[in-house]
Amino acid sequence: MKAAIFSITERFQSIAVGDTQADRVVPPTGFTAWLTLFSAGAMAFLAVFTMALSLATDRLADRWGEELARSSTLRISAPQGQIQAQTEAALRVLETTPGIASARALSDDEQRTLLEPWFGPDLPVERLPIPRLIEIIEDGDGFDAEGLRLRLAAEAPGAVLDDHTRWRRPLVKAASRLRLLGWLALVLIGGAMAAMITLAANAALAANAQVITVLRLVGAQDAYIAQAFVRRFTLRGLVGATVGTVAGCLATLTLPSTDIAGGFLTGLGFVGWHWLWPLLIPVMAAVVAFLSTRAAARRTLRSMS
Amino acid sequence: MAVIELENVAYSYGGGELLSDISLRLQPGSFHFLTGPSGAGKTTLLKLCYGALIPTAGHARLFDTDVRTLERDDVALMRRRIGVVHQDCQFLDHLSVADNIALPLAVSGRDTLNEVANLRELMGWVGLKSRADALPPELSGGERQRAALARAVIMSPDVILADEPTGNVDWDMSQRLMRLLIELNRMGKTIMIATHDLALIRAAKSHVQARVLRISNRRIQLAGADL
Repeated sequence: MKAAIFSITERFQSIAVGDTQADRVVPPTGFTAWLTLFSAGAMAFLAVFTMALSLATDRLADRWGEELARSSTLRISAPQGQIQAQTEAALRVLETTPGIASARALSDDEQRTLLEPWFGPDLPVERLPIPRLIEIIEDGDGFDAEGLRLRLAAEAPGAVLDDHTRWRRPLVKAASRLRLLGWLALVLIGGAMAAMITLAANAALAANAQVITVLRLVGAQDAYIAQAFVRRFTLRGLVGATVGTVAGCLATLTLPSTDIAGGFLTGLGFVGWHWLWPLLIPVMAAVVAFLSTRAAARRTLRSMS
Repeated sequence: MAVIELENVAYSYGGGELLSDISLRLQPGSFHFLTGPSGAGKTTLLKLCYGALIPTAGHARLFDTDVRTLERDDVALMRRRIGVVHQDCQFLDHLSVADNIALPLAVSGRDTLNEVANLRELMGWVGLKSRADALPPELSGGERQRAALARAVIMSPDVILADEPTGNVDWDMSQRLMRLLIELNRMGKTIMIATHDLALIRAAKSHVQARVLRISNRRIQLAGADL
């Protein structure tokens, strides 16, 4: 295992340092060079956006989850004359319930604001039989929802506790699915890049069949021949992906920053240390190029023997 | 020990047998001509001698090792001990003549910068010193053959196999190339030259002790006294 790791490290070193003699034996081939650079660049650009989307989804899910997990709503649905009394009784119960940091009844203005999107700004809340809402903010450990429901049933029978579980669950599920899809998309992008680089490498190997024949005639071993191609394609993958990553990062800078009014469509860029994640893309692209070209070279050299 | 030995070798391709029951031993320092009409199988026999082809029957041994037991990379190592000159030379056209001649050094991991003096001497020996920076397509037929010969001997191989080395050159250049090959033989190298040029063989035999082998009807035989 140690020897294998050492061998891989040596290979990467030889690619980084290079062998100018080995490099020169293969003539530069224009179209495969551009194909590899373009593929790596385009895929890296897409990878930056996919990564940004995944990370933004993560943040959004965390924020929604946290906000919903920390707050609950108590709805007092009672005959008009009993609403105030049951609201006060419910607030007393909440004040003595462990795990609740604060609880307050929403004012008429706040309730009107909540209903405004559906009924407009002039809704006469005070004259309509609308339930009273109490906002509950939990402290660190939260409260026992079942115990609270039992106590409220005795003190304020019109109170209905909504601890947001039914909202939170699908959101958390959707967020984890989106995150999974994001990573899957990154894997697919890597696979597509590997396929394109393999095609380009195969084309280069086929175009240089005569060069390979001559190299074999003068005693070149497969590793020497393969290295000339592998190094070239790995460096092209690295350079193309670096350009694509930089372009992708610059493009994410142009996206609008987080805005409540924008909802999901804003805040898609990177935040804080998340900017380090794109640095992995060129490295991964070089690894993909190295592995796919090496496999293509070995396959071709075997078939040419 | 023979440097190259073929024992009852046959080679078939596409359902037809090209060579049959070939037995041949190249002793160190020997000089052989391989002759026969075009299409007789001279090139195929040479390829069997440097491991480019594997016999379909019999045994081919390079330096006492059966080629069937060799991996591709082992064959590559063997090629460093066997210099090959092709009729069409086979150069990398984007590299200079000097780089092409130094190619065996490069692929064997030797630093060509340390071999500059040897390279210059070798290019002088084949008369190409002034053409070091030229590209192969810029060379004449004779220059190409001499460059191919220089490339074949730069690793100081034990054996030199030449396939119609004088096929594309005039008589004077043929003689010049033959003199170089005879000189190499006097240095102890084993030489085998495939050629259909009987006049060339006759001229060379007055300067070197050579065996002449003829391929006829897929088999090899010692040529008669007329050669």
